[in-house]
Amino acid sequence: MAAIPLETHDLTVVYNKKPALYGIDIEVPEGKLVGIIGPNGAGKSTLIKAIMGIVPATSGWVKIYDKPFKKNAKRVGYVPQRESVDWDFPVSVMDLVLMGRYGKMGLFGRAKKEDREIARECLDKVGMLPFADRQISNLSGGQQQRVFLARALAQESDIYLMDEPFVGVDAATESAIIKILHELRDKGKTILVVHHDLPTAKRYFDMLLLLNMRVVAFGPTSEVFNYDLLQKTYGGRLTILSEVADAIR
Amino acid sequence: MRFDKMWQRLYRGIVLGCVFLGDASLRADRIGEMDSISYGGQFLRFFSMEDPLLRTVLLGSLCLGLCCGLLGSFIVVRKLSLVGDALSHAVLPGVAIGFIVAGEKDPVAIFIGATVAGLLGTVLVSLIKNTTHIKEDSSLGMVLAGFYGVGVVLITMIQKTSVGNKAGLDKFLFGQAAALTDKEVGVMAIVAFVSLLVVVVFYKQLLVGSFDAAYSKALGLPTRFFHYLLMLLLAFSVVISLQAVGAVLVSAMLIIPASSAYLLTDRMHRMLILACLFGMITGAFGAFLSYMGPNLATGPLMVLAASSVFVVCFFFSPKHGIISRWLRFRRRANRVRSENSLKAIYQVRESLGFKGEGVLLSDLGDRMRESAKEVKSRVDALVRYDLADLKVHDDSCEVYLTPEGWVRACAVVRNHRLWELYLTKQAEFEPDHVHDDAEVIEHILGEDTVRELERLLDFPTRDPHGKLIPSLTDLQRTLTYASSKGEEASGYSMPKG
Repeated sequence: MAAIPLETHDLTVVYNKKPALYGIDIEVPEGKLVGIIGPNGAGKSTLIKAIMGIVPATSGWVKIYDKPFKKNAKRVGYVPQRESVDWDFPVSVMDLVLMGRYGKMGLFGRAKKEDREIARECLDKVGMLPFADRQISNLSGGQQQRVFLARALAQESDIYLMDEPFVGVDAATESAIIKILHELRDKGKTILVVHHDLPTAKRYFDMLLLLNMRVVAFGPTSEVFNYDLLQKTYGGRLTILSEVADAIR
Repeated sequence: MRFDKMWQRLYRGIVLGCVFLGDASLRADRIGEMDSISYGGQFLRFFSMEDPLLRTVLLGSLCLGLCCGLLGSFIVVRKLSLVGDALSHAVLPGVAIGFIVAGEKDPVAIFIGATVAGLLGTVLVSLIKNTTHIKEDSSLGMVLAGFYGVGVVLITMIQKTSVGNKAGLDKFLFGQAAALTDKEVGVMAIVAFVSLLVVVVFYKQLLVGSFDAAYSKALGLPTRFFHYLLMLLLAFSVVISLQAVGAVLVSAMLIIPASSAYLLTDRMHRMLILACLFGMITGAFGAFLSYMGPNLATGPLMVLAASSVFVVCFFFSPKHGIISRWLRFRRRANRVRSENSLKAIYQVRESLGFKGEGVLLSDLGDRMRESAKEVKSRVDALVRYDLADLKVHDDSCEVYLTPEGWVRACAVVRNHRLWELYLTKQAEFEPDHVHDDAEVIEHILGEDTVRELERLLDFPTRDPHGKLIPSLTDLQRTLTYASSKGEEASGYSMPKG
């Protein structure tokens, strides 16, 4: 039997003595585009950070293709939130995308011609090749997101974890990104995307993980995207519930 | 050895050249003449590396500048400048304790003591930050001042003892490069070499860790290890700089050269090189200045030199300097102003059915709702840029556009009208709501965007208000007409819709 790309057991994270995630037990099958949705503070970002060990887990474990994350970090690509970095940092778009290759270069390795070639291809895929030599501060929100995606693509991983890639981007970028995600999925890659927009969640993803500190539901979109489960996830928040009602219709 | 000699000769040549230039410029000034020769001579002596004592001082300040520039760049881009400040103050008690333990001014004991104290200080900052709700800035401030106070008290006490008062520990406050010993410079050189080696070898890990620590962890890189390695090197650099620049101002040598470099470039590797150069130049220059006056502390002079470099970068950096930014802003403002004048001239001609080539200034004034004086200054500006000519008659003035001026005028009008049309057609704005937006965008639209707009709008000829849009081919035709035959250009009329 083929190894499961991503498996967590009893994954629990506590931040400053306040619990953020409780006993997350999931098995993500290969070749699926999975949306992680839930209200603010539900621990969506924390979950993917905990999977990669960016946030220490209080208990539980994570396995990437049957091995702990550290052993298989190369098989996981990451797109962090855009706001998490200082965009005035003195690097060019190309330098930033090359960072995606760092994991494969070894302790003393340097960027080789091949790495640059891959970085250029990835930039081209997201339509940012003409910007390769620009300083990153001159980019718009959508362009920043594309560059982050290109960096993750340059990792050439089997699993991609993306933290709110659609926040603050223009419509053209959103559809470009979703197209790339579908292509990756069709190549058998497994993708987890933190998402906060319910109406599009239904269209975009094969599977949904409804999260509110615990796993409320995890399954194919058609099975879990229903009023009861969404209400359970979002609690009694009326504005969101009316949005849910719109989305279900 | 031969290389050494060659290098020395070359070096002396450069220094001599500098001194000669410096002297020549001062020669006119009779009063300053004596001084300038002695300054020049001293400068030569200081930088020629012949005097072994001075060589020690110079090498020490170069190592200091290198370390500070190198590690300073990292703390500047990581927004950790205050940590550098806290660290530099926190090392002081370690200096005193190192002295007490060794019983003399032993650089190795002081190095160890200071490093331990500095690291203890940073650990304490995190401890306060993590266990209470006091925020980082306050805990940094407290630790910085507290450790510094303890250090000053200890050093004052040591000064009162018989061994201590000759040791010159007070020099650790503001620095005295002249007091550097060979052994101290040896330690400095080792730290400089190790820092340089680490940064060169592990550049990629340090870069990604500084830019995006979470991503670095996600790549599986030992992020925490490299963070602490960097902090350790930072502590080393601070400690070796103490004797020369003093605890109070070390952080300035970390921050100022790196910040100056940050203004000049937006690539990390170039920033590192520039920061090291600035650090070395200002370090050596500060040491030289302090050597000129027997009681001048080195630290303030180095910082003065570094600040001068920063001031120059602040004003004149091509990208981020305020003068260059101001110039760019003025150029853009001027362009917008002339384009608006050109557009008005076009519109006056259009209202007259493109009959006659000249436009009366009075008509232009009516069109722009401006006084005769304002219009005259606008037209004068156009004449200066070769976009128009002015003809003065007895009772009136007429302005004629040059071929280039006419093309630019058409282009602006085209941009404006295309954009209005785009907003009404594609974005479904009301025709009376699009003017202000077009007013701004007409100056920015590039040739590619214009072609794209024309394609999107299916090569329109009229704007939402029914006015003709000059097209790109029209512009080119006008240009050839106008440049070959001035008369015909004046008779050129817009194509009928």
